Amino acid sequence: MPAREGVYGLLAEFETPGDLVRAAQQARQDGWRRMDCYTPYPVEEAAEAIGFHRNKVPLLTLIGGLMGGSAMFLLQAWVSILAYPLNIAGRPMYSWPAFIVPTYEWTILFAGLSAAFGMLALNGLPSLYHPLFNAPNFRDGATTDKFFLCLEALDPKFDRAETKAYLEKFKPNSVVEVEY
Amino acid sequence: MATKEVKPADHWVDPATGEYRVIAPGQTFRSITEKIVRIVLTPHTPMGWFALFTVAGGGATVLMVALTWLFLKGVGIWAITQPVAWGFAIINFVWWIGIGHAGTLISAILLLFKQGWRNSISRFAEAMTIFAVACAGLFPVIHVGRPWLGYWLLPLPFTMNVWPQFRSPLMWDVFAVSTYATISVVFWYIGMVPDFGTMRDRAQSRFAQYFYGLLSVGWRGSVRHWMRYETASLLLAGLATPLVLSVHTVISFDFAVAVLPGWHTTIFPPYFVAGAIYSGFAMVLTLAIPLRKFYHLESLVTERHIDNMGKVMLVTGFIVAYGYGMEAFMAWYSADHWEAFAFWNRAFGPMGWSYWTLIACNLVIPLTTLWSRKLRTNIAFMFFISIVVNTGMWFERFVIVVTSLYRDFLPSSWGTYRATKWDYATFVGTMGFFTVLFLLFVRFLPMIPMNEIRMILPQAKIKPKATVEAGD
Repeated sequence: MPAREGVYGLLAEFETPGDLVRAAQQARQDGWRRMDCYTPYPVEEAAEAIGFHRNKVPLLTLIGGLMGGSAMFLLQAWVSILAYPLNIAGRPMYSWPAFIVPTYEWTILFAGLSAAFGMLALNGLPSLYHPLFNAPNFRDGATTDKFFLCLEALDPKFDRAETKAYLEKFKPNSVVEVEY
Repeated sequence: MATKEVKPADHWVDPATGEYRVIAPGQTFRSITEKIVRIVLTPHTPMGWFALFTVAGGGATVLMVALTWLFLKGVGIWAITQPVAWGFAIINFVWWIGIGHAGTLISAILLLFKQGWRNSISRFAEAMTIFAVACAGLFPVIHVGRPWLGYWLLPLPFTMNVWPQFRSPLMWDVFAVSTYATISVVFWYIGMVPDFGTMRDRAQSRFAQYFYGLLSVGWRGSVRHWMRYETASLLLAGLATPLVLSVHTVISFDFAVAVLPGWHTTIFPPYFVAGAIYSGFAMVLTLAIPLRKFYHLESLVTERHIDNMGKVMLVTGFIVAYGYGMEAFMAWYSADHWEAFAFWNRAFGPMGWSYWTLIACNLVIPLTTLWSRKLRTNIAFMFFISIVVNTGMWFERFVIVVTSLYRDFLPSSWGTYRATKWDYATFVGTMGFFTVLFLLFVRFLPMIPMNEIRMILPQAKIKPKATVEAGD
């Protein structure tokens, strides 16, 4: 758990996604690792620039789908063969083709729920508080029309004065210090 | 002349492609955000909204009265009896759920096909899906006769040890519709999370900040979050696509699995799905056309959208036409006496008027006119067509349910079907209920996905380094 006081990081505000991506690429090249970009819509290039290439949402979805589907199939088989066998015109108890539809639906149901809630969980959401919300220009811009690069204090290269000067080189609209 | 001349003065036509623009030129990230957020965050609710809400609320009240009377008296207040044991409830169920399909098609299938134009209409089409499924779900529950025992449909361990019959298509329906409703709600909500973040940050009042802040689950637009979000959206779209195709397929099994002339056909699943999309797009138009006018959203929901929706309706309309044709063909080709009679009775029996209404509304009027781009971009005409197709699709379900049942194998048991006032009250009531939900959505939630609109603005394109330096 990082210390809850002092500086969280330095936040540079850019006008266009292109400026942000170029700054992020450069920072990554210069050895920065503890950093993140904040954009009002998904900017794939920015994620590439900070070295975030793959995520675990597809894996969670696969696991969820397989679990949902097999749970439903086993439930139907158990109900139809053991718990409540109904003999209708001598048809077989283990009539698996009839079980496919609910199995299919539950595969989708649990895969979808895993994708949605797994995504939120991996993102660490819900988390209603975040130090960035303290930055004066963050809430006006990050969800509307501005593009932010945050170099975090936890990075070993971080130094308040030097990093500020470093960020200024990218000609951002502003560079502000974010407090915890 | 092969190419059509494009008037340079017409700013709606993109000079590069000759297509109608997806959204009007000259918008910025901030201007579209303001435009969409203002509809919700304004303290002034338009008078027109209140007027419509009163009317819709009246409709919803009718539903409450009809349901109360139904619970007191039982399903005998409806016109269902032998031989027509399935009446309005099933017709309305199939009609409503079909309407929902367009929302999922727009939000999921068109997302997978990377159709940028879908972005402006996806959110309210999804809302339409959810509210239509809510209306649809009501009917099977009240149709079971003892709705307080509706939970018997679920595989729950009761003390009496009774389990549902999983080989029945009616049971499959329970899973198809409940999954569809759940996934639609999740997809819709996840899609709104970043927009709730925007609303939280743009809200002035403390209450609105808390309200949207909670709904936004603390969204802050980190690109790491965005990438997982994009993956999850794509996966949800990929899952919703087979889901939406399966839902109306399973509903068509309710009919097709029964050995009844007029129902027992293999064409039903694809033809039900196409019909669902057909009526759903009609409903999207019915909602979008007044909405864009009322909230001045013409720059976001453009003629291009109306035009494209007309094209989708043209295609699905022809699939439906093929379905009708196949039904007639099989009635003859199967050489099955009962099948042939069922078809003859449908078209030329005492209820033949319903069949010809459906042919006129679903085939003749739309499929002859939707070819013309001029008509497809004529807003008043498209509104008219949307009403016509919705009516036609309702009659399609009427024809399938009623005209297959009212004259069965024994002429001595032939009957007829005449809906009672409670049938009509319940149907009109669900329309009121649907409109109430939709009005609340329009007033309190962002009806156009802001984050997706930002993506299709020209500013969102990242210029390669070289051109930027050359421009400096």
